Amino acid sequence: MASWGEASESRLIGKRIPRLSGRDKVTGKAKYTFDINRPGMLYGRILRSEIAHANVVGVDLSEAEALPGVKAVIQIVEVGNKIRYQGQEIAAVAAETDDIAKDAIRLIHVDLEELPHVVTEADAMAEDAPQIRDDWAGNQSNPNVREEGDLEGGFAQAAVEVEATYHAPVQTHVCLETHGNVAEWEDEQNLTVWASTQGVFGVRNDLAGSFNLPANQVRVITEHMGGGFGSKFGPGVEGRRVAELARITGRPVKLMLTRKAEHLVAGNRPSMTQHVRAGATGDGRLIAYDMKGHGTGGISSGAGFQAPYVYDVPNLRTERVNVAVNVGNQRAMRAPGHPQGAFAMDSLMDELAEKLGMNPLEFRRINDPSEVRQAQYTLGAQEIGWHRRNSVPGAGTGVKKRGMGVGSGQWGGGGGRGTQARVTINSDGTVEAVTGTQDIGTGIRTAIAIIVAEEFGLAPTDIMVTVGDSGPGLPSGGSGGSQTTASVAPVIKTAAAAAKQKLFERIAPQLNAPVGDLRVGNRTIYVVSDRTKTIKWELATGQLGMDSISEGGEWDEELRQGGVAGTQFAEVEVDTEIGEVRVIKIVAVQDCGLAINRLTTESQINGGVIMGLGQALLEERLMDALTGRMLNANLEDYKVPGTFEIPEIKSIVFDTHRKVTGIGEPPCIPTPGAIANAVYNAIGVRVRELPITPDKILTALAEKKA
Amino acid sequence: MEKFSYVNATSLEQVTALLSDSGWGEVMLIAGGTDLLAELKEYVETPKTLINLKTLPGMDAIEADASGLKIGALATVADIARHPTIQQHYTVLAQAAGSVATPQIRNVGTLGGNLCQRPRCWYYRDENTHCLKKGGDICYAVDGLSKYHAILGGDPVYIVHPSDLAPALIALGASLKIVGPEGEKTMSLEEFFTLPAANPFRENVLEPNEIVVEVQVPPAKPNSKSFYLKAREKGAPDFALASVAAVFEMDGKTCKSASVVLGGVAPAPWRSKEAEAALTGKMVDDTVSKQAGADAVKDAQPLNDNAYKVTLTQNLISRAAMMATS
Ligand SMILES: Cc1cc2nc3c(=O)[nH]c(=O)nc-3n(C[C@@H](O)[C@@H](O)[C@H](O)COP(=O)(O)OP(=O)(O)OC[C@H]3O[C@@H](n4cnc5c(N)ncnc54)[C@H](O)[C@@H]3O)c2cc1C
Ligand code: SF4
Repeated sequence: MASWGEASESRLIGKRIPRLSGRDKVTGKAKYTFDINRPGMLYGRILRSEIAHANVVGVDLSEAEALPGVKAVIQIVEVGNKIRYQGQEIAAVAAETDDIAKDAIRLIHVDLEELPHVVTEADAMAEDAPQIRDDWAGNQSNPNVREEGDLEGGFAQAAVEVEATYHAPVQTHVCLETHGNVAEWEDEQNLTVWASTQGVFGVRNDLAGSFNLPANQVRVITEHMGGGFGSKFGPGVEGRRVAELARITGRPVKLMLTRKAEHLVAGNRPSMTQHVRAGATGDGRLIAYDMKGHGTGGISSGAGFQAPYVYDVPNLRTERVNVAVNVGNQRAMRAPGHPQGAFAMDSLMDELAEKLGMNPLEFRRINDPSEVRQAQYTLGAQEIGWHRRNSVPGAGTGVKKRGMGVGSGQWGGGGGRGTQARVTINSDGTVEAVTGTQDIGTGIRTAIAIIVAEEFGLAPTDIMVTVGDSGPGLPSGGSGGSQTTASVAPVIKTAAAAAKQKLFERIAPQLNAPVGDLRVGNRTIYVVSDRTKTIKWELATGQLGMDSISEGGEWDEELRQGGVAGTQFAEVEVDTEIGEVRVIKIVAVQDCGLAINRLTTESQINGGVIMGLGQALLEERLMDALTGRMLNANLEDYKVPGTFEIPEIKSIVFDTHRKVTGIGEPPCIPTPGAIANAVYNAIGVRVRELPITPDKILTALAEKKA
Repeated sequence: MEKFSYVNATSLEQVTALLSDSGWGEVMLIAGGTDLLAELKEYVETPKTLINLKTLPGMDAIEADASGLKIGALATVADIARHPTIQQHYTVLAQAAGSVATPQIRNVGTLGGNLCQRPRCWYYRDENTHCLKKGGDICYAVDGLSKYHAILGGDPVYIVHPSDLAPALIALGASLKIVGPEGEKTMSLEEFFTLPAANPFRENVLEPNEIVVEVQVPPAKPNSKSFYLKAREKGAPDFALASVAAVFEMDGKTCKSASVVLGGVAPAPWRSKEAEAALTGKMVDDTVSKQAGADAVKDAQPLNDNAYKVTLTQNLISRAAMMATS
């Protein structure tokens, strides 16, 4: 049975190994899609609607077409179509320079008949709201109801009850590299696309379908990727259109979204509003949970969130609806539905614990079915110094008050079939590993090198890893759901093992030993039963000549496992005069099975915490009800954490088992809840709406005083 | 952005001659460009000609002597922040400069540009929203989202003046040297800024054919203490939710004179005569400083989303006053 072996046997796996592309990234040498420039390349731009809801009455491209330097103009909407949100694509151009392209889209004349729009949930849910979807009655989907146990019976057993409304606004992904592609046709039948994507094969298949080509005649390349967080799977409208522009013009075309478009149309995390009534028994058991909630995923649906979350509740009823608004669609965003659900649940848990007069950690221990998290509570509490927290919330003296809070999360990340990989040993001793996954910043390139190097007794830098290219025809799934490492690692491991086996078979006769006795380490193949019999790695591989060894890998269930738990503790300081919340420290305890590379795993946790902190304290998409437009589709008023916001982060990789599990998403889940609870513990007033900005703190404190 | 022609300035005469008669918006001045470029890129401004001031010789000097400070309009925000005399004797100004934007922007953004920068209001910065400031019919902030808007002196336009340097300089009693076709004039910086009731379209009295060339600051008084306190949502870059520039002349814990100018709360830097009166001649303690804060905002008229600024401003003022006592 395949296994990753014991920790004591691992030379590389589980150690802290610098990312292979790190130097290239910090020196600017790494080429992202944005950096790709092809000979003769044109620049693409998309004209987008500034009106949120309208009928298309006319589109006139002629002036744009006549502008010198414009090579192609294509219409995306047809007369009679409906515009349903700001940012919706109207037409696209390709021109000799980006400036000409920008001028050209302004010369496209669009005649729109404006329709009444709704862009806020409140407006959409109002009695007399204009209906914006033809397929729904009103602007709300049918309620999704779940019932378990006996709700009223549960409440009858409750010693305490809490009733509260929690809200998290829409957040956008803010990929630092915006969505986009460079498309180039070699001839009418062969297309190459450099794509900023989380799924090279997904983009390949989509484009092959769009252009009616055999899939292997489309090549998609993503060497480095500047953030996706779930928003970069298909080619999108911009990807299909840039390929079309390239085909029409017979020249390569680059089309990257503007920052504004990135906020408007490249996805977002849906909002969440939940009105909850919940009860707990006198001995601290969560006993009844009644939740009515809604959220918006824009004009589409998909505004799901987890409620209840993580903790056991025997008697419950939940009812949720999607609210449609004239705003760009949601897309999966790092642990879809979880962080906002966790924020509400962890806030609720603290409110119940307080009514019970119980330490919130004790209350969690009673209700949390996860053994892993139970252990994490102990470790995290120690690390943060939980005993130092205010036993009476808001009890601190002075203007700046400190507090601590805790939050929890869970995720799957077990990976799955669908990856093909090849490991090649060349006669010069070099080793190549190729697979069609992509490194979206999580470090899979380095993880692959580590696995292969471990197998061959080499260094990770000795391994030439090729990912992010559909060309070799070795597919792998999109990097989503925290599945990449768990999907790829087993296949790489078995491929490397098979290649090693082949090499041993060739060398064994020379060493006069059974294949099974051969081992490799320290660039030397040796016989385990007679250590005097050795051959240098390069001497061994040198004998391969033209006949290099190249082996595929196999999926192996035994090498991976799904299911992770995490818990985070936050310490904050609130300036009660100016409402500023400063996070002092986050302790993030995260289970992730076998961490192939402890260093990049810690990085992943750090990144998740920072993203969670942004959601907790800063980020919110602001829609203007009157104009129907987003007011902060930039990085000035849509605020993301910067260096000043980033606290001490203690990322603890919590070892549980030695099977690979992904953790791309889960570390952002517990953060908002932990911070919100810490703020409450500091000031004794609860802010039930994210983000917790100074205006909310000051308003809450004023209400408490009054 | 639209196409424009670009002229390197060679002399003030040349600049005012190029500016004259064109009115606002046809010919524009560019210094560091950190504000203007964003307006051009968003098509909020579409000038035909840009005059690059950076080629004017000597206008970036900072002179500090017994007669006070003279800062050329082209001095960068970073130059001001790190100037040793300013740090020591005009602390409020160094602190204000240090709080501006980011190192990159401070390195290119100039004093003149900082004082003449345009509003950050999100309706104003959206090409497609034709609000009152741009000659339209309504101020969208009144019924729209107004978290960052004015609580004082608003009507009919509720922008806040974005400059951090202006409140600090006004608190220090600075004046401004302006050159126009008729020559040079000097006016107090406080009077340079105007409220929308007087002119909803501009934030100051500069004429379209004039240029700001220098700021002069009188010598710092002995025993004076000054502070710039800026509240923001994020460390950097972020404009002030509210800020206080305060200069106090202290005799022990007694405040002999106070100069308190607010940023981020009104369409112009806002001198709080009420706070000054509440502090002047008083032994400053918790009660007095709180009173000063409360007096400063008693006429505040918040919009839908910015009532928090009333408390915030009040608290910043009392904090600044208490800092003067220690
Ligand atoms: C991300 C970001 C954050 C920022 N944060 C802050 C902040 O926290 N605090 C703050 O105060 N500012 C902030 N700013 C504004 C920043 O642009 C100014 O601080 C800077 O000093 C402007 O100087 P400039 O030379 O770049 O101006 P420019 O962009 O060159 O000019 C601005 C305006 O002034 C006019 N002008 C320039 N010089 C003169 C002159 N000599 N005479 C007459 N008119 C003139 C121009 O015509 C233009 O209309 C920020 C800007 C950005 C982009
Ligand atoms: S505050 Fe001024 S700039 Fe903003 S919408 Fe109102 S009038 Fe326009």
